[in-house]
Amino acid sequence: MIRILVLAAMGCVLLLPATAAQAQQQEGGEAIRGTIVQRPEEGDPVPVPGVDIAVTTGDGEDVGTVTTAEDGSYALELPGPGDYSATLVAETLPEDVQLTDPDRATLEFTIRPGQSRPLLYPLGEAESVGGRFAAFMSRALQLAVEGIKFGLIIAMTAVGLSLIFGTTGLVNFAHGELVTFGAIAAWIINVTFGVHFFLAAILAMGVGALAGGLLDRGLWAPLRRRGTGLIAMLVISIGLSILLRYSFLYFFGGRTRPYGQYAVQRAIEIGPIGIAPKDIIAIVLSLLVLVGVGLILQRTKIGKAMRAVADNRDLAESSGINVERVILFVWAFGAALATLGGVMLGLGEQVSWQMGFQLLLLMFAGVTLGGLGTAYGALLGSIVVGLFIQMSTLVISPELKNVGALLVLIFILLVRPQGILGQAERVG
Amino acid sequence: MPTDTWVDGVTPEPGVAKPDPILVVDGVTRRFGGLKAVDVEHVEFQRGAITALIGPNGAGKTTFFNLLTGFDRPDAGTWTFDGRRMAGMAAHKVARIGMVRTFQLTKALSRLTVMENMKLGATKQKGESFARALLPPLWRKQERGIEDRAADLLARFKLDNKRDDFAGTLSGGQRKLLEMARALMVQPDIVMLDEPMAGVNPALTQSLLGHVKDLRTQGMSVLFVEHDMDVVRDISDWVVVMAEGKIISEGTPDHIGQDRKVIDAYLGASHDAPTTPEEEQRQLAEAEAALDAETAEREQLQP
Amino acid sequence: MNWEFILGRSLSSAIGSDAAVFALAAIGLNLHFGYTGLLNFGQVAFMALGAYGLSVTVATLGLSLWWGIPIGLALSVTLALLLGLPTLRLRADYLAIVTIAASEIVRFVARSVSMRGVTGGSFGLSGFADEFYAVNPIPGGSYGFGVVQFSARALWVIAVAWGLVAIISLMVYVLMHSPWGRVLRSIREDEDAARSLGKNVYSYKMQSLVLGGLFGTIGGFMYAISQQSVQPDTYSTPVTFYCYAIIILGGTARVLGPVLGSMIFWGLLSFTDTALRQAVGAGYIPTAIMDGTQVGQSRFVLLGLGLMLLMIFRPQGILGDRREIALDAH
Ligand SMILES: Nc1ncnc2c1ncn2[C@@H]1O[C@H](COP(=O)(O)OP(=O)(O)OP(=O)(O)O)[C@@H](O)[C@H]1O
Ligand SMILES: [Mg+2]
Repeated sequence: MIRILVLAAMGCVLLLPATAAQAQQQEGGEAIRGTIVQRPEEGDPVPVPGVDIAVTTGDGEDVGTVTTAEDGSYALELPGPGDYSATLVAETLPEDVQLTDPDRATLEFTIRPGQSRPLLYPLGEAESVGGRFAAFMSRALQLAVEGIKFGLIIAMTAVGLSLIFGTTGLVNFAHGELVTFGAIAAWIINVTFGVHFFLAAILAMGVGALAGGLLDRGLWAPLRRRGTGLIAMLVISIGLSILLRYSFLYFFGGRTRPYGQYAVQRAIEIGPIGIAPKDIIAIVLSLLVLVGVGLILQRTKIGKAMRAVADNRDLAESSGINVERVILFVWAFGAALATLGGVMLGLGEQVSWQMGFQLLLLMFAGVTLGGLGTAYGALLGSIVVGLFIQMSTLVISPELKNVGALLVLIFILLVRPQGILGQAERVG
Repeated sequence: MPTDTWVDGVTPEPGVAKPDPILVVDGVTRRFGGLKAVDVEHVEFQRGAITALIGPNGAGKTTFFNLLTGFDRPDAGTWTFDGRRMAGMAAHKVARIGMVRTFQLTKALSRLTVMENMKLGATKQKGESFARALLPPLWRKQERGIEDRAADLLARFKLDNKRDDFAGTLSGGQRKLLEMARALMVQPDIVMLDEPMAGVNPALTQSLLGHVKDLRTQGMSVLFVEHDMDVVRDISDWVVVMAEGKIISEGTPDHIGQDRKVIDAYLGASHDAPTTPEEEQRQLAEAEAALDAETAEREQLQP
Repeated sequence: MNWEFILGRSLSSAIGSDAAVFALAAIGLNLHFGYTGLLNFGQVAFMALGAYGLSVTVATLGLSLWWGIPIGLALSVTLALLLGLPTLRLRADYLAIVTIAASEIVRFVARSVSMRGVTGGSFGLSGFADEFYAVNPIPGGSYGFGVVQFSARALWVIAVAWGLVAIISLMVYVLMHSPWGRVLRSIREDEDAARSLGKNVYSYKMQSLVLGGLFGTIGGFMYAISQQSVQPDTYSTPVTFYCYAIIILGGTARVLGPVLGSMIFWGLLSFTDTALRQAVGAGYIPTAIMDGTQVGQSRFVLLGLGLMLLMIFRPQGILGDRREIALDAH
């Protein structure tokens, strides 16, 4: 329902240029004009006649009131260019119709000389209290699904971050760039070389793993051998992050670009929520991958070795584990996962040069929430972060959704400093 | 003060009362998950005495130190120092009222010079408040006094030739010395040393032991963790034995050497009860060998 | 290639107001990171509070510019307390994450539509610095030599900003040679050791956080005044990273490290920019490889690379002591 209305609103926006063009042709003075229609869930828009729109100047002086005609249209000449405010008088709407956003009953706008400006008042079916509750619930459900999807993407990228921290102590500020790198690699394979998206994603994971491995062998392993301090390595990772990010900008450009397939997809309805098939696939795939990660960590030799090294490096070394090899694997593994996360993010929001950097903070939040260095903690923490970010838009403005998540992060650290699954450290 | 006067009147059993205790601990427990690392019902430490705290690895000695000095919080329990209730007190306040500890893994402040390390130890420094720090004349004089005291201590600990080197350049043993000297800058009533001799060479150990005995002469109380039984026998007036978090035995060094429970603790509880005096002697020897081996191993592990 | 122009530009940047502003912010960060070992990744938030404290006071509240200074400083102290209270007892990495989060929160909130009436939203604020320029004692005209020329207004900002740098550097020098500074450095080395010697580590960390934050805020004042406008996206995370680059370049835990670092940083940034632009303009670099917009991007690539190489091969920076860094590895 919400989705339909949003689509309706978008439709109106698309109509705008045409109307504006018509206005240009009109000789004569300044005016407002438009059509009040209601768009039900199914079927054609229905015009709403007899609705009053009261117009005042910016200073509050009355200009006049206009009532919509049989076809829902209205037009009102204005005394001249300047600031105006127009209010749709809600009482004049039919019983079963209401503004989708009651806050937008009054619109404020500026009229340029000669401009005839269309106004937009999206209408929906009036809802009973119960109906409103149902709408709230379905919106909550919808956001929960989106939150899980987002959380799974964060989780996929954060597992590597957490494992790298666990095994080497490095807080890798360049991890976001691994995500971007993966997404761009997949884009190049997909769009430039014309390989189908699925295959491109898999190939990109290989490329990502290779890049991760090379980074470790070429940069981090030598630094560890030199005995570079952890803080120094952290700063080096910041340098690497800047270097890579602006290289992406240099070569890939500042525009966002979609993948060749599945860029736009119509949502299908499942009960009260609408979801694009690609999102269903993304969620299922992420779940499978993360279960796979769990199995690898839990069952395979290399997975056990990874956990052993993360747990206690010296002990692992003395019990015959080749720590450097394990770390190499962690890098390749983490980078492949970051790539996949990047590809999925790019599928939803397109590929851009700083998509990973923008995700970095949320990865940190997820990893910290779960407890630094524990892979499962990172999974859990990330999903909590993703869910929280999306769900918080129920109550706060979407542009502030990350603020909410970050505040919660700070709050949780207050209550449980070691994170959800972390352990307290020993002293002495 | 002759060491053994008070010892004679005290029955060697866990939790026994001391004539003039400086530190009294009651019901202190600390769990890590399922593990009860410390579970001390009652123990008292005599003022002006050197008390050794011994026990197998993982017995909970360091954790016990952490709890007493405010570096960790117990799940339950209370303790008093000089009659003051201490539970819940922050670590820095514990140090300020005269209870100072050192760490098993030395914490030399690497990028401060040896002298700066020492000067840091002094308490009640005027120049440590932000506002006064901005006006050097307010603290210069006190600083000079502190420096003199630090120089004296450094000379006693044979570190005076290192005074302007970064502490990070010191050897493992020298760090132990520095840490002990630095703790003394606080002018504490009780020092708690976590394995002060580990990794220090035998000659230096002797002089360190001398310093510890000096502390007692100056009226300080000393509580120290040690694995080397020779050292324990040499300097301690009293020994407290911990195993699996509990105080299992107390007594003079000689008494502890004979205690069955101690031997069991070191060899593992599955050990059979000895039947003959010879058998018992053999097992005692075994226990000591085990202790010595452990000591040797620890020394090797030190950097 | 006009080398006189290129070098002149680089020199102007090295002694310009931006260099002074970043020196101020970096001195604060040096106090946090270099001396106390606090991983503050939100220094830019303190700058933002300075800039917004000033501009909101004038442009939104209609008060005098001079009121903006105590307001900005009070905001800065509040932020430091809010950040420090929960995190200063925790591991160093937590402060890093919380501060970086806080700096983004500040930016998100400042640019949000709901705050448009206060902060101007994503457009920011402008036209609040007149009172500062009104008290300019320097008579109008142009000052300088050769290509390095400053207007009287620019010179006034530069003089005030570098004057503040000098006063604050002196203050840091005195502090760091006092027992107070010794406690800060001991906390950087090992806070448990400091605690075992009776130092209230938490309180000192808080003092360091507040003081360094205030220096950042003062930098923010000067940034807003020199640009005569405030925009939220100017105050994003990379600014903090540049401050790190600056102190590492100059030498961490050196009183003049951030000052020298900032001058070199801005000089080099300007040098690569003008030199590359001229090279592209003169056709030495074909536009197929690099065009005008890519010049700006490539200098950040170089910046990242420079930061890495510096940290790997000369971690002590220009003024640092190799011996000290060698001890860091443990
Ligand atoms: N922070 C912690 N988290 C979990 N377990 C801990 C922690 N600190 C100590 N322990 C456990 O508590 C037990 C007691 O440790 P403690 O360090 O006190 O032993 P100790 O007697 O000092 O041993 P040692 O002689 O080897 O120094 C050990 O089993 C140890 O693994
Ligand atoms: Mg111990």
